[in-house]
Amino acid sequence: MAGQVGSDVASLVTRNEQIILPEWVEFQKNAGTLHTGRISEGELQSQSRNFLHLLRDALAQSGTDTSAAPYEAAKAMLTELSRGRALQGFSPSETATFVFSLKQPLFNALNRDKTLSGEQIASTVWSLTALLDELGLFTLEIFQKSREEIIVRQQREIAELSTPVVKLWEGILALPLIGTLDSHRTQVVMESLLQTIVDSEAEIAIIDITGVPTVDTLTAQHLLKTVAAARLMGADCLISGIRPQIAQTMVHLGVELNVISKASLADAFAVALRQTGRAVVKTRRIEGFALPEKSGRQDA
Amino acid sequence: MDRIPILKFGNALLVTIQVDMHDRLATALEEDLTSRIVSNNARGVLIDISALEVVDSFIGRMLDNIAAVSRILDADTVVVGMRPAVAITLVELGLSLTGVKTALNVERGMAMIHDRLARSEADDADDED
Repeated sequence: MAGQVGSDVASLVTRNEQIILPEWVEFQKNAGTLHTGRISEGELQSQSRNFLHLLRDALAQSGTDTSAAPYEAAKAMLTELSRGRALQGFSPSETATFVFSLKQPLFNALNRDKTLSGEQIASTVWSLTALLDELGLFTLEIFQKSREEIIVRQQREIAELSTPVVKLWEGILALPLIGTLDSHRTQVVMESLLQTIVDSEAEIAIIDITGVPTVDTLTAQHLLKTVAAARLMGADCLISGIRPQIAQTMVHLGVELNVISKASLADAFAVALRQTGRAVVKTRRIEGFALPEKSGRQDA
Repeated sequence: MDRIPILKFGNALLVTIQVDMHDRLATALEEDLTSRIVSNNARGVLIDISALEVVDSFIGRMLDNIAAVSRILDADTVVVGMRPAVAITLVELGLSLTGVKTALNVERGMAMIHDRLARSEADDADDED
């Protein structure tokens, strides 16, 4: 039965391609696929034509069973299309419209076909609806997956971006932390800090948590892990930038850091300089920044 | 059975671990070091683990033990050159080796030991006054 419907529809599509295709493209245009200007009409045409051909071949070979092998090509194309549209920023419904808007042109073609009885048309419409719904849902699923992939990738990028290790002075590093510290980020922070300690032969690392919104027991534990790991490598750690509210919360929670902590990065830097045997000395104030003088130019 | 060589370096002992540590080797090293600290009257022990790529809790505990033993024998232990991955592993294992001093490389480790020796000699001199 299913095979019969499949080959019926396949031949119907072959006979009516010249009508179905423009109609379908028209429906998609009406649905607003082109409005955003993300794809051209030519592209839409060729995508529609390709999919119609793949669908027709699959229908002819294995009826309406989408799990069969002949549907692989059509699904592969939908995967690519859905992924591409997810990247281009199409909305889910815009993406799903690609498949769903094929229904009407196909049903119109069925209605025009005089060789089919009413009963046949009814059963074919049902099979086709089921088939296109399935393919539409498949498209949405892929769309969703691609979006999730994008989110995961962005999370990774943010994690990398937000953990810069800055060299303040010879042998002194600063690690300005911004955002919530979860275990994954702690791992990234720790790795990049330890690697920089090795690369720059730093003695002291200042972890500045001005940009960390909350410090709970878990965050404190992560901080302590980082401090402990840095100590194992032979570098001392200072913590700076604990805001008043956070200090209160930490005391209420019973969190103890057991490391030297300073209110501001500047204070911690002063400690670091002292520990490495350096001092900041005040000298005569120089008015303005004198640019290197060019030859033959004497102003004021 | 192969053993890890222990080099005398002034009044400090230098151990460079260049091979993968297995448990028997670790125990042997602990024993050797203890007897060498006594026989050489060493005041510092420098363990270079820059070539060590894999650690487990046993090796971590061994380092802690060596430090504890040498402290009893009045010698400082400095572990130098720990790799980032090793440091992270030890922390994750819950071994932060609080009794062990650490330094980034052999040079700094030596400086630490000499520093400490100079300070204790100065203290001795103060006591005599």
